[in-house]
Amino acid sequence: MRLTRIAAFAAALGYAGTASAQTEIQWWHAMTGGNNEVVVKLAQEFNASQTDYKVVPSYKGSYPDAMNAGIAAFRAGNAPHILQVFEVGTATMMSARGAVKPVYQLMAEAGEAFDPKAYLPAITGYYSTAKGEMLSFPFNSSSMVMWINKDALKKAGLNADQPPKTWPEVFEAAKKLKAAGHATCGFSNAWATWAHIEQFSAWHNLPLSTKANGLDGFDTVLQFNGPTQVKHLENLVELQKQKVYDYSGRTNSGEGRFTSGECPIFLTSSGFYGNVKGNAKFDWAAVPMPYYPEVQGAPQNSIIGGASLWVMGGKSAAEYKGIAKFFAFLSNTDRQAKLHQESGYLPITRAAYEKVKASGFYEKNPSFQTALIELTGKEPTENSRGLRLGNMVQLRDMWSEELEAALAGQKTPKAALDAAVTRGNALLRQFERTAGR
Amino acid sequence: MEKRATFSNRYLPYALLAPQILVTLIFFYWPAAQAIRQSFMLEDAFGLSSDFVWFENYVALFKDPSYYQTLWTTFVFSGSVAFLSLSVALLLAVMADAEIRGATAYRTFLIWPYAVAPAVAGVLWIFMLDPSLGMVARGLKSLGLDWNPRLNGTHALTQVVLASAWKQISYNFLFFLAGLQAIPRSVIEAAAIDGARAWRRFWTITLPLLSPTTFFLLVVNIVYAFFDTFGTIDTMTQGGPAKATETLVYKVYSDGRLGGDLGGSAAQSVILMIIVIGLTAVQFRFVERRVTY
Amino acid sequence: MVERKGALARILPHLVLLTGVAIVAFPVYLALIGATHESSVIANGQMPLTPGGAALDSYYRAIVIGPSRTTREPVGTMLLNSFTMAMLIAVGKIAISLLSAFAVVYFRFPFRKAAFWMIFITLMLPVEVRIYPTYKVAADLGLLDTMAGLTLPLIASATATLLFRQFFMTVPDELVEASKIDGAGPMKFFFDTLLPLSRTNMAALFVILFIYGWNQYLWPLLITTRDDMQTIVIGIKKMIVTSDAITEWQIVMATAVLAMLPPVLIVIVMQKLFVRGLVETEK
Repeated sequence: MRLTRIAAFAAALGYAGTASAQTEIQWWHAMTGGNNEVVVKLAQEFNASQTDYKVVPSYKGSYPDAMNAGIAAFRAGNAPHILQVFEVGTATMMSARGAVKPVYQLMAEAGEAFDPKAYLPAITGYYSTAKGEMLSFPFNSSSMVMWINKDALKKAGLNADQPPKTWPEVFEAAKKLKAAGHATCGFSNAWATWAHIEQFSAWHNLPLSTKANGLDGFDTVLQFNGPTQVKHLENLVELQKQKVYDYSGRTNSGEGRFTSGECPIFLTSSGFYGNVKGNAKFDWAAVPMPYYPEVQGAPQNSIIGGASLWVMGGKSAAEYKGIAKFFAFLSNTDRQAKLHQESGYLPITRAAYEKVKASGFYEKNPSFQTALIELTGKEPTENSRGLRLGNMVQLRDMWSEELEAALAGQKTPKAALDAAVTRGNALLRQFERTAGR
Repeated sequence: MEKRATFSNRYLPYALLAPQILVTLIFFYWPAAQAIRQSFMLEDAFGLSSDFVWFENYVALFKDPSYYQTLWTTFVFSGSVAFLSLSVALLLAVMADAEIRGATAYRTFLIWPYAVAPAVAGVLWIFMLDPSLGMVARGLKSLGLDWNPRLNGTHALTQVVLASAWKQISYNFLFFLAGLQAIPRSVIEAAAIDGARAWRRFWTITLPLLSPTTFFLLVVNIVYAFFDTFGTIDTMTQGGPAKATETLVYKVYSDGRLGGDLGGSAAQSVILMIIVIGLTAVQFRFVERRVTY
Repeated sequence: MVERKGALARILPHLVLLTGVAIVAFPVYLALIGATHESSVIANGQMPLTPGGAALDSYYRAIVIGPSRTTREPVGTMLLNSFTMAMLIAVGKIAISLLSAFAVVYFRFPFRKAAFWMIFITLMLPVEVRIYPTYKVAADLGLLDTMAGLTLPLIASATATLLFRQFFMTVPDELVEASKIDGAGPMKFFFDTLLPLSRTNMAALFVILFIYGWNQYLWPLLITTRDDMQTIVIGIKKMIVTSDAITEWQIVMATAVLAMLPPVLIVIVMQKLFVRGLVETEK
């Protein structure tokens, strides 16, 4: 049935001869909304640019769903060629020697021009070994920013051009917003643990776990139950009771609450841009994450989010050649610059960044630079270089459960964070036993 | 009971049985054996390495308080679904029985939710109860109830129970109505002559006479809540918040997800299989009686 | 009637039943309404209780184009997949159960009891309980993303075998004797006598099993990775897991309506068979 459909399609286009000669490259991804269109357009452009390879993008659900589908397919001997994995899946993918094909190897074997130095170290560092060998290809990199609804701020009598900078200021603003009609939600966030545990710790130069948050070894021990994190969660719990803060779930499925105007202050990925632009019917801006002014050194720098493309192992040389060509196509300076300006994700090459900077784009659209400034504002410390924890997807679920228990008033914030650390450490030890052999 | 008149043929019966037995062996017994094997192993996500760890997965499971929490959630969930759908169905069936003329017409309007997929039922109810866009959720909020299933475990469990019970009402209604219509009119009328009031008649005569049906439905409803509600839970809450809606079957799925804890998931599979086979054995007498008359 | 009924007593059952019908139908009513509004109206929580004007657009986009922000897979293909899957499961279950029940009832042979028990044990063991090992087996056999992989593991049926066994026991022995006198072999008896007698049972069972097949969720979710193998129930789930976009609710609701329509129609149109099938399978 599939064969006849392809044949009919090829015949309709009038080149039945060349269609069968193409090497198909399956690309599984988790991009939705405006970014879904970007993925489809990229594949179309690449396919039109040459005739030997055909990239077939396929949406597999949310980030965890896509990763799950990829792993299950690999176990079944049916893996796609390219799998988009979000940043927290990095350690799991890295430890799977034999299951993945490192990008630096791929490019060398395929003979594609590839200079690791052309890429922004703040981004590729996350996806490289200690020796600087790039393992996966950064596709959509982002960081967490605070999206604000300027119209709502104005209506509540706040200065929209001087948005809140610190957490206490955010709390005050949210209270005023609630009083001004946002009864169900003064401020909120997507990616609960990313906002309040991972980014929060890096931004305040606090350790998430030992061994530089796991970058220096799998024998890392969690320690994010310090007084600052506990105090922050206590504040959130208090505000949740009054609905000044309102929890929006573990992933970014609650992001619609910002674009619909329900939550006027919303922390989430800078990659949210495409959807804000497309759906928000108000004046908005993306500003840096808030911090507690009494914490020494805050704000430090933020850590990277988004996802990278992993090449799966066990494919033919011809297929790898096609993937390498596709990655080279993605690295093109003009394309990167355009991608950055369309999607809100960060440029991954120096050349693209310089080009956009020189064009004066950031002066007109300061929101675009927010994430870049957060990432590169200060020299990273052991606590803010990044994080690499095995079973991170499951860890996040575990931590989310504890955050939810605290916010629902079933546990004290201290007890919840303690439990998140204890339970998480058990999972890390299990990962240590199975990984890296 | 056995048939007296039979055919004799050496190979034919085996050939006739072959398809069923083959499918059963390949897709029931082989996976069951795999589950047992896997439950003794520790494996990485990609299946690249594995270790034999004896009973470690089972020990970890029984030491994990969240396993008992899930067990409890499963009981509360199944109990609530069974109670809610049975009582609503019984009420409707009694009313339909009282009004024999319209009974079949009402039946048509009440039985179709049986055909709705559990996952689709979940989608329909989330559309009503989502705190941001749901119409019913807005109604609840305007009544002053802080409806928040994203965070409040009781609210989340309530919405899953509602969606699951909704789907099961039709099945229960059908059997209750059949059960009620099988009760001889004369029995009821005799009681009416004795001057027993309708309410009392229901409790002292109708309900006891219905008890075999009720017991049967209770079993069916609990089995339904255990196994067939996966789709409902997955579309509505994914087991959250804080595991408040995670049933045993959902936990088997979510623990093995991303290859995170396949050994633990397999151990849970084995335990569930033992429970189910045990239940089947208990039910055996009931079933066997029906099978052989 | 001994008891004289008052006006209230006469109206009360109708009131309760009508309320029941309304409550049961309400979620579906909202879905029908939801499919007729723009997604922004729904997302902002401002959907009215009356139909809007976007119905044609929603159904057209769902069936022909698919949601533009996620799967991009038209529901038309999914409907076809669901239909094929449900048909194969229902027909397959009935066929292999008829054969095995025939063998168990009409023949005496070694291991007859053992074979019966082997099937019987699986009575209550749904695929959900042993999901990953079954997935592994299907993968080892190269059945991922195939119709065979989608249906075969769900085709074994202790319930249907028991049902047919029970029915065959009630078939008079004289028919066998008569058939033997005519010189007919067992298969001729099976096709010419037993099958025609089982027609109603088969039809009743078919209704139940078609619904069972159509509504499958977890197994198709795991075993299909290719977009063109997706069933409609899975398609809906993928449409709501939109991470950074507002869900296109009008399309989700149109798809939900399309996903409900075939099984619900079958139940309503073949109500008699459906009721009979339910009562007889009784699990």
